This record gives sequence, structure tokens and C-alpha cells, in this order.
Amino acid sequence: MHGYEFYVDPSRCIGCQSCVNACAECGTHRGISLIHLDFFEPTQTMGSAPMVCMHCEEPTCAEVCPADAIKKGEDGVVRSALKPRCIACSNCVLACPFGVPKMQSSQELMMKCDMCYDRTSVGLRPMCATVCPSQALMYVHPDEAARLRRDVPVNTFRFGNEEVKTKVFVYLPEGDDALDVDVQNDIWSPEE
Amino acid sequence: MARPPVPVEELIRNFGPTLKYMPPGGWVNSGSHANETLVKTHCCFCGQQCGIQLRVHENQVVGFEPWDEFPFNRGMLCPKGVKRYLQGSHPDRLLDPLVRTDSGFRKASWEEALSTTADRLSSIQRQHGKDAVAVLGGASLISEKSYLLGKFARLALGTRHIDYNGRLCMVSAGTAYKLAFGVDRNPNPWSDIPEAEVVLVAGSNIAACFPITTDYLWRMRDNGGKLIVVDPRRTPICRKADLYLPVKPGMDTALFSGILHVVLRDGLHDREFIDKYTTGFDAVEEYVRHWDPSRTAAATGVKPESIEKAAHWFGASRRAMALHARGVEHHSHGVENVSSIINLCLATGNVGRLGSGPNMITGQGNGQGGREHGQKCDQLPGQRHLEDPEARSYVGGVWGVPPESLPHTGYTAMEIFEAIHRGEIKGLLSICFNPLVSLPDAGYIREALNKLEFFGIIDFFLSETAHHADVVLAGSLQEEEEGVVCSGEGRVIKINKAIDPPGNARADSAIIVDLAQRLGKGEYFPFPSTREIFDEMRVASKGGIADYYGITWERIEKEMGLFWPVPSLDHPGTPRLFEDRVFKHADGKAHFVMAEVRPGGDPLDDEFPLHFTTGRVVSQFLSGTQTRRIGPLVDQRPEPFAELHPDLAAKYGIESGDLVTVSTRRGSVTVPAQVVKTIRPDTVFIPYHWPGKKSANLLTRRTLDPRSKIPEYKSSACRIEKAKLAGGLKPNGELNVLEAR
Repeated sequence: MHGYEFYVDPSRCIGCQSCVNACAECGTHRGISLIHLDFFEPTQTMGSAPMVCMHCEEPTCAEVCPADAIKKGEDGVVRSALKPRCIACSNCVLACPFGVPKMQSSQELMMKCDMCYDRTSVGLRPMCATVCPSQALMYVHPDEAARLRRDVPVNTFRFGNEEVKTKVFVYLPEGDDALDVDVQNDIWSPEE
Repeated sequence: MARPPVPVEELIRNFGPTLKYMPPGGWVNSGSHANETLVKTHCCFCGQQCGIQLRVHENQVVGFEPWDEFPFNRGMLCPKGVKRYLQGSHPDRLLDPLVRTDSGFRKASWEEALSTTADRLSSIQRQHGKDAVAVLGGASLISEKSYLLGKFARLALGTRHIDYNGRLCMVSAGTAYKLAFGVDRNPNPWSDIPEAEVVLVAGSNIAACFPITTDYLWRMRDNGGKLIVVDPRRTPICRKADLYLPVKPGMDTALFSGILHVVLRDGLHDREFIDKYTTGFDAVEEYVRHWDPSRTAAATGVKPESIEKAAHWFGASRRAMALHARGVEHHSHGVENVSSIINLCLATGNVGRLGSGPNMITGQGNGQGGREHGQKCDQLPGQRHLEDPEARSYVGGVWGVPPESLPHTGYTAMEIFEAIHRGEIKGLLSICFNPLVSLPDAGYIREALNKLEFFGIIDFFLSETAHHADVVLAGSLQEEEEGVVCSGEGRVIKINKAIDPPGNARADSAIIVDLAQRLGKGEYFPFPSTREIFDEMRVASKGGIADYYGITWERIEKEMGLFWPVPSLDHPGTPRLFEDRVFKHADGKAHFVMAEVRPGGDPLDDEFPLHFTTGRVVSQFLSGTQTRRIGPLVDQRPEPFAELHPDLAAKYGIESGDLVTVSTRRGSVTVPAQVVKTIRPDTVFIPYHWPGKKSANLLTRRTLDPRSKIPEYKSSACRIEKAKLAGGLKPNGELNVLEAR
């Protein structure tokens, strides 16, 4: 929005939890943090990675919602569930290929990252990508992203035969044009 | 006798730490208010001094908004910065002065609290001499307050003994820079880091302690630069390090001697720079000749090929930077450690240029500014030396007192506590310092506090140290007074006032001025506000090393800060020092300073066979007086832990989560074990932010660096055992319940 795009580079993450704390300061869900931050095998490595909603072009969460509570705007941002419609069935939680939606059982409501819609819709940066001290989360104009980074932003993900395109980009080493999540994508098999 | 009046449990019940999670009024209606204002200022915590906007509504700080335009952090904040607003309107906040009684602390009027403080301090001085009273300050105070405190100690109390908590932060680095360059300031602005070809980070857990600097390092790597990390622990910045050197605690000088050995052996030094602009090279060259890679490897535990590689990368680069922090500085040879890093930079001609030079990463919010204007025991404003006759005469003139009336050099922070033990110092006035948590050998510090005849403290929360006070003067938070700080870069920036102190709390500066008046010295303190203090400080610093004369509050705001020296109002400031290759010594040269490997104060033996080291976590700040009251930050790391390598843990049958007792020659601490592959197997780490029985500083030793008097926090000898305690320890917020009396 306003010409900016969202970029995630998990390799830059230092696990400081600024994003987790700042997410809870977003005006639309103040007090509740929706971003995911994973520490991989804390005993083995200092590695960590943040995960925001990827805002899929064809959002699985919306497709599986029996209550039609999840809407994608023309700006490509997939909104959090509409409170009057959501029936807290958790279909979206189970279906999301990135594991993003969170069920807030106390409110019987699915909530997820809406790219700080209150901020981004008026030209401000999302809370997490603003504060992120390592800029593992970055919200800039694509020209600026190209100037700043050597790696390649990718927004195509292949889960086996299922290809998902997203609004949010993830950085991969040069030469990759999509992230193959399933080993099937790398296996050679004769033409059928 | 300044003992806590009632059991600590009762003090905790009344004064916290209480965990605060929500803005005033709760989350509901916490959105933007119609008549809300945004105040551009800086974070109250570390020396990065990130720009931040505080949301203010009806004299309360209700949240924050990133400040994208401030060039240092461009909106970025660490979790402490994000949640710092929660220290406002806090239930633990002291709203009135307190006086100790037999049954606890009772509220007092300002008249009673201030007159008691002035009377008791005067009476001790009348009986035992001026120097029987000491003053302790801190490096989180704005420069106006630290200037005021120095003047207060010397003119209002007339004592030699004033020092500050920067003494336990990075004073060894400051000393080493003064010895090498004649000035104590980082040579480079942070914008140089992404331009470097090689950055060596020594003894700094940047991801936890200076998170914003991570972005500078990653941008340096995006530009093709290489990152070398020196640390006994593989900290998160190592995930993108091109080379990691797992140095043995305390062996930094050996490592840098070995690296310089290879640089010189392979002809990678800058002979022309050395000859033209430096002195003292020959002795250093002769010394490092003995530190070949195999000897260095044996001493440091770093592979010879890694030593060679680091030397080749650093030596071959024309733009190499070395960043260092407490890991190399907190040693009884802290000055040598830093000197050995500076020597490497001087030998390779890496100083005074873009992306090139040694730099210290400043710890406290005003860690730089707080050590420039007379809060140190040997210093007058403008980074002048107290024993320099010209400095005494100039500053005496500014203050309107004869130079001979100015007291001489006093004790440093740790020495003040030793003097209290000896009975030589009997009265203490302290602000912005929680020595019971932050000084080494906490048991010894507690005994010293107990011995004081009078202890007055200025603070906004009742810290663990304040439990021992006779009088607590309810002071102000950072956002309640206006003034300047100097960030780690050397950039003087403006702290703006967001709100008035709540209740009957008062501005720190007003408290100190009032005390001066009660001590009969009001004529020297004609300061209705901090602006008048700043204006006098500018003049007092004029012509000194840290010359602020050309800085005004208005210029700072217009120019997004100014790097000192700024000798005149039309001077643009000095972001990068030594571009003219003229150094601040009388001979104009940079000085190589001999740095020999010396043993630390607490050697390993059969009984204590492991290294013990301390440090920080990202969600807590220093002694935790503020951050242990902020719920989300406490939840992130509710309690301290002991990091152990799996090999070490296996030897003792310890698994992650087991309680482990870590003992040194001073005492024992029992905390949960965190078994990780990211620490040397001969080293145990505990973060130090917590008080009482979980205080890592129960374990550290009071060995001081002979020149800088910094304590040796980063290397002690310890042993471990699986704890005999059956149950777990108390969870969040109840850490102090286990406090030893």
C-alpha cells in the first residue's frame, strides 16, 4: 500500500521479540500480539525466525471459512476475521499453509496479522517492520528493497503440487525464484 | 545503621516490583485520544539512544509511536524501547518522600525529608570531616543532572568523593581511548559501520544489548563486508558471522596480540601511518612477537587458522572497524584488552577514516555524556582533569570560587564502598544507582550499606539499594525533565519533557538545588530549570576536550543532534574524529599503549575449575530497577538461568530446567540450567539483572583494573553442582521473596 511492500528475511532475525511486543501495540488489537516468532532448537542454535501473515493471493483461510468471515481487500491485504461472522471453528487455523491464524478462545474469534491495517492504510509502516532492529521484517518501496539487499525477494511457495502466491515477500539466496517446501518439488520423475 | 527496617518481603509487598502490563486506563480506550500529543525524545535505556515519540494524554505517557525521521534508528526499537512507556503511571512509583521508621517507610513532607538529609550530612561532615560523605551518580541521568551533581558534591558538600555507575560500565574503554588518543569518545559515527569492509565485534552481545546495531552489521554484510565475532558465547549475531573466535574468558589481550603478531609477520601493517602519526610502536611490536598463532591458540582456545584468518582479513582491509563492549572491558586488565584492540587498529592505519577505526559500544543511556562533565571522581566539566591547574582555574572561575577551594581527586565507586567498610565514609547520597544489584560481591556491598550512619537516596522506585535508605527523595523519570545526553556515537541529543512528575514527586535537578540551598550554598546554584544548568555547562566545557559551547537545545533539535566537539555556534560538529590525523595528546600523535597479558583476580584451580561470566538479556536493562516492573519484559525472561554446554552438563548429570548451584569463592547462586551448544564447555554464564539470592553478583569478585578501577565481572572461577533443592523457585515477580537478609 502506498507503494510499499513487506519483506521477511528470517536469516537476519536475532530473536529479540521487539516485533512480538510491538505487535501488541497495534491500534486494532492492542494488548494482543499476533506475530509468530519461532526459536529453532534453542539448545542447538541461536537461530530464530519471525512469521507474519503472508497475505496470499488466493487465501486458503478465506476459502475454507464456512462463515465467510475472512475478506481480502483490493489492496491485497487479507483481513483478520470479522467479529460478527466468525464462529471460532478453527478451520482457517488448520488450513493456513503458513500456520498464521490464531484462535483467541477467550473471545471466540480468530485473529491474525492484518499488516497493521490502521497504519498501512494511511501510509505508516506496520509496527513490527518499523521497530525490527535487524530489519528481518522490512516494509519499503520495492526499489529501496532492491537497493538495500543482495538476496532475492520471492513470493511463490510450492507445497508439493500446490503453488501459493503471496503479497509478502521472503528473501532467498540468489538463483531461487520460489521456495519449494516439499521434497517432491526436487524429485525427478518420468513424464506421465 | 542503614539496614532495611522490615523484612524484604514486606517492602516488596508495598513497593514492588509489581508487574505492569497495560497503559493507564487499560487496553480498552487505549487508542488515540483527541487531545493526545506526541513528544519526540529518546529511549530511557541504553547508549544507543533510539529516537522515540511518547504518546501523552492528560499528563500520562499512554504509549509510543516510532520516530521514523531520527537518523540513528529510523523507527527501530528493541523490546525494552517498545514497552518503556509502561514505566509511567506505575503502581510502584514513589509519589512522596519517604523516611525510615522502625516499622518501615512512612511518607514525609519535602521539608522534613530535605532538612533531615541536609542536617544529617552536615552533622557527619562537622564531626568527621568533609570527606566522610560521598555522592554516587549514574550514567542514565541527563548531562545537566550529572554536571549539577558534580558541582553539588564539590561546592555544596565540599567532598572529594563523587563517582558514578559508569565506573562499572565501560570506564576501562574510556581510559584506554584517553591513553591512545588523548580523548574519550568513539572516533566514528555509526553510519560508518555499513561502509566498512571488515567489522570485528569483541565481547559484545549486540543482539541482546544493542539490538539496533544489528541492522548496521547486516547492512555492512549486504555491502559485501565481513563480520568477525569474538565471544565465549555464540550470540545471535553469530548466525551471520563470517568468522567466530570463541575466546576463553579473560584472554582477549592474548588473542589480539596473536592477531597483531600475524599482521606484522605478514607485512599487513601500515608502516607509513605508524611512522608519521604514532608513538610507542616498537615496544608493542617486540611484545607481540612472542604471541605466535600456536601460543595464542593455547592461551585463548581459538584455532590458529582462525587467528590467521582474522589477522589477514583485518590487516588486508583498508576499511576495518573493531567494535567492543563490556565483554572485553569488565576485566582487571580491561584497559589492556581495549588497548590491544586499539593497537591493532593503529598498526593497520585504521583510524580517522570512513568505515575505519576502533569504537566502544556505549552501555548506558548517557554513558558517554555522563562521563564528560564532572560526575567522575577525577574530572571537571568538558572532560577536563581535576588535577590540571589550568582546568581548576578555569572551572573555578566559571563557578565563582577560588581554584584551591575545589576538592581533589576522590575515590571511585567501588573504592567508596571499601571506605564505607573501613568506617572512613559514613554518609552517602545516591541517585540513579542500584549498587546492591550492579556491583560485584553483593554480600560485601550489603554489609557496607548496613554500616552507613546516614544514607539518602533520590529515586523514582524503591530499588533494592533504597531498602537501606534513611531518607528516600521521590525523584523524576527521564521523561519528566528536559535536557541533553550524548549517545554512544558521540552525538549530543535532546531529551524532551513529556509530563510533570506525578503526585508530590519532584524533578531530580530541583531536589539537588534545594539540598544545595539547605547546605548554605544556594548562591552557586541559581538554576530555576535545567536550561540554565545547560547554559552554564556549555561555558564550563568551553575550551575543554568535550567542548559543548556551540551546542544549543535549539540546534540539537534542528540538526538531529550534534557530535562534539562543537567549539562555536557556527561549528557543524565533529561526527568523525582524527580525520586530520592530529590526536589530542600534546605531541599530536596517537600512542600505542603496551598491553601485556596478565592473570585475572580470581584464578581457576581444582576446587573452582570453571570460568564464570555474566552479561545481559535483551528484555532487561542493567539492575532492573525499571524493567523488572514491566510485565511483558519480565515475561520474556522471568528469571536468571545458568547457560551450560551439553558436555559440561552431562558431566554433572544436569539437564535443561534442572536447578544448578553455581559457586565461587564469594558465594552460591541456584538457578535453572539452560543447556546450550552455544557456550564454551569450560564456561558458565548467568545474566545479572536480578537481586537477592538470584543475583549473579553474589558470585563476582571485587578485583579492580588498576588504572580505570572497573570491576572484573566477566571472569571468575566457579564450580557447579546439581542443586539439592527439591522444588522449583518462585515464578515471575516474586524473585525478591527469596532475598537473603
